[in-house]
Amino acid sequence: MAKGRVSIVVERCKACGFCVEFCPTHVLALSSAFNSKGYHPPHVVHPEKCSGCDLCGMYCPDFAIYGTKVAEPKLVKAAGGEK
Amino acid sequence: MKADPHGVLTGTHFIDGDHACCEGALAAGARFAAGYPITPSTEVVERFAARVPTVGGTFIQMEDELAASITLQGAVWGGAKAFTVTSGPGFSLMMEHIGYAAMTETPCVFVDVQRGGPSTGLPTLPAQADMMQARWGSHGDYEIIALCPNSPQECFDLTIKAFNLAEEFRVPVMFMMDEVVGHMTEKVVIPPADQIEVVPRKHTRKSVEDYLPYGSNGDMVPEMAHAGEGYKFHVTGLTHDERGYPNMTPQTQDKLVRRLQNKIRAAVDRICLFEEDGIDSADVVVVSYGITSRVAQRAVQMARERGLKVGKLRLITAWPFPDQKIAEIASKVKALVVPELNLGQMVREVERAAQGKAKTIALPHAGGGVHNPDQILNAIVEAIRC
Amino acid sequence: MLNIDDTVNPVEPFLRSDRMPHIWCPGCGIGTTVNSFARALIDSKIDLESLALVSGIGCTGRVAGYVKLDSFHTTHGRAIPFATGLKLANPKLNVVVYSGDGDLSAIGGNHLIHAARRNIDLKVICVNNLIYAMTGGQTAPTTPGHATTSTNPYGTFEPAFNLPHLVEAAGAVYVARWTTFHVRQLARSISEAFQKKGFSFIEVISPCPTLYQRRNKMGDGLDTMKYYKEKSKVKHGTPTSEVGLTLNGEIAVGKFVDRDRPDYQSMMRAQYVESLGERYIEEPEVECVCG
Repeated sequence: MAKGRVSIVVERCKACGFCVEFCPTHVLALSSAFNSKGYHPPHVVHPEKCSGCDLCGMYCPDFAIYGTKVAEPKLVKAAGGEK
Repeated sequence: MKADPHGVLTGTHFIDGDHACCEGALAAGARFAAGYPITPSTEVVERFAARVPTVGGTFIQMEDELAASITLQGAVWGGAKAFTVTSGPGFSLMMEHIGYAAMTETPCVFVDVQRGGPSTGLPTLPAQADMMQARWGSHGDYEIIALCPNSPQECFDLTIKAFNLAEEFRVPVMFMMDEVVGHMTEKVVIPPADQIEVVPRKHTRKSVEDYLPYGSNGDMVPEMAHAGEGYKFHVTGLTHDERGYPNMTPQTQDKLVRRLQNKIRAAVDRICLFEEDGIDSADVVVVSYGITSRVAQRAVQMARERGLKVGKLRLITAWPFPDQKIAEIASKVKALVVPELNLGQMVREVERAAQGKAKTIALPHAGGGVHNPDQILNAIVEAIRC
Repeated sequence: MLNIDDTVNPVEPFLRSDRMPHIWCPGCGIGTTVNSFARALIDSKIDLESLALVSGIGCTGRVAGYVKLDSFHTTHGRAIPFATGLKLANPKLNVVVYSGDGDLSAIGGNHLIHAARRNIDLKVICVNNLIYAMTGGQTAPTTPGHATTSTNPYGTFEPAFNLPHLVEAAGAVYVARWTTFHVRQLARSISEAFQKKGFSFIEVISPCPTLYQRRNKMGDGLDTMKYYKEKSKVKHGTPTSEVGLTLNGEIAVGKFVDRDRPDYQSMMRAQYVESLGERYIEEPEVECVCG
């Protein structure tokens, strides 16, 4: 199971490609689809490789992507409880 | 609200206009000044620098007037009442920040001790040639308030008024002194703090959720918050909406700029102060302000000694201009004589407001001195004769 | 599995989300610096209510409008003096100046050196894209020699400012430089600056693909990021006189200066106490003077 996952806010993306280039585990690629501004946002091509390091989020100048660690099942429950 | 007694030097003093202005600022609650040395205004901040550490506040001498005129605005958003002091060349450098204060509705006071210009001009000699600059010096449409003291006592009293108007309307107030008033030493009576009325900041009482930084608030003057209080507001010199967010559309521009103008124009009657004498029975009225009003006073006396019916109107508030008052007077008299230490600035306003109902006679003086009362007397005599 | 609603972009709480998307071009690095800034705020556990951000004019000047903080978008070049007034009037505030190279070092250059000289307790983040971007790519005091700009269409020939050297000479207590490639190092530097009392200056070299890189045939934002990765050399503590930038050369990055000297307000209080003794009244705590 992947240690992390990537979330993408498609409409904010301007397709600079920083996230694709600098993802240490090469999880991402620019998609062939367009967002409403005409940019090609990234999509996840190797979800299993994501470590949740959030380097994509650090690089993204458009605040359009971020990585999160996938918590252990036990912790997920705890987080749900807090909500 | 009554003045904070810490800042009030109650008593009878023999001080000049610059020093009196400083005491007025302290009495009004000013606890921050940023300045840059320039003759003939520097004495105001010199006194402030000496006084403020014992009152509780800050003076900083900045690297130039550009800095001084925006540093004070930072201090206002940090919670202080603040002002700066300058003269002609420095006033020119401050113009952009008068516009910024008008646009961001930052309550503050700019003191301009006027000297002869243009450029370096006459550093140690008087003029009243910054009057139009005070009104129109920054780009774009905006309103300011300008007051013109004619004595050290008024430098004290009207400085308090200037701060009060700034807070009430969230507008930059120009305090238009001149070299003679600034350097003239006279008796100045400073009343006890509990006799000095001070307008506090129009601070919001709304919750963070309900607060709209530039909401028109019913009276066109928005409520203010300070940095560090949790409101997380945004202030910009760009055209902005009620949230303070940049919004560069003709609609937002129209709404904002009209409100900035109307908040002052709707209150002209309240803001405009003047002193009048013998207008009802007059054939001719002398309209003057600042130091020139004291010369005009002598000329009016001399004219009356000759049996001439002469009235006097002294503008204490120069901006907004008292159109209504001038129109009323113009409909009753033959002529308005306007002496001033420039080659024709406020006289244009008088002429405009008189709407041709009375003749407007300019009595210009290029500055460096004041009029001879005889000059004004001759103008009065001539105006009555024709 | 983790529901997407349970996750949030760490930068999001610091943004005025209702103003997104922002105006910055594709491949511009300013947004990237904001990520590092947000991480630094998280890491340094700074009280956000005590934090004010002041910007000048220009592309980076727009940062003030996008961060959910007390934020001031001031006039061109005057972010530092505005921030000075804010800090002096309310010393409890943490005041960050976030602006561009043209704003801070050309039109605001005088304020930059004097704030450093006075050692006003400000954290200055200078996003340096080597050009005036908002106005269309004119030469800045930071534009390296031979670069082409809209006002030097045949190449610049004026020597450029080496900003770390300038602010060190003027008196800054903390001086670092990173590029937008160095996101984590930049976040760490900003956190460190928050621990310092006094004038801190962090330069961030950032791409302007629309104007600087395009005119100089350096590719897009991504190409610039790769260039930063390749040409940057971490040189902590290197003399700032040696870190000037050239058109295609090495970019020295790292923490160049970290020293202590009393800040303006400490010196002011000490002087007043020495001269006035008990007559000195410290600036009052800022409180709401509600009407």
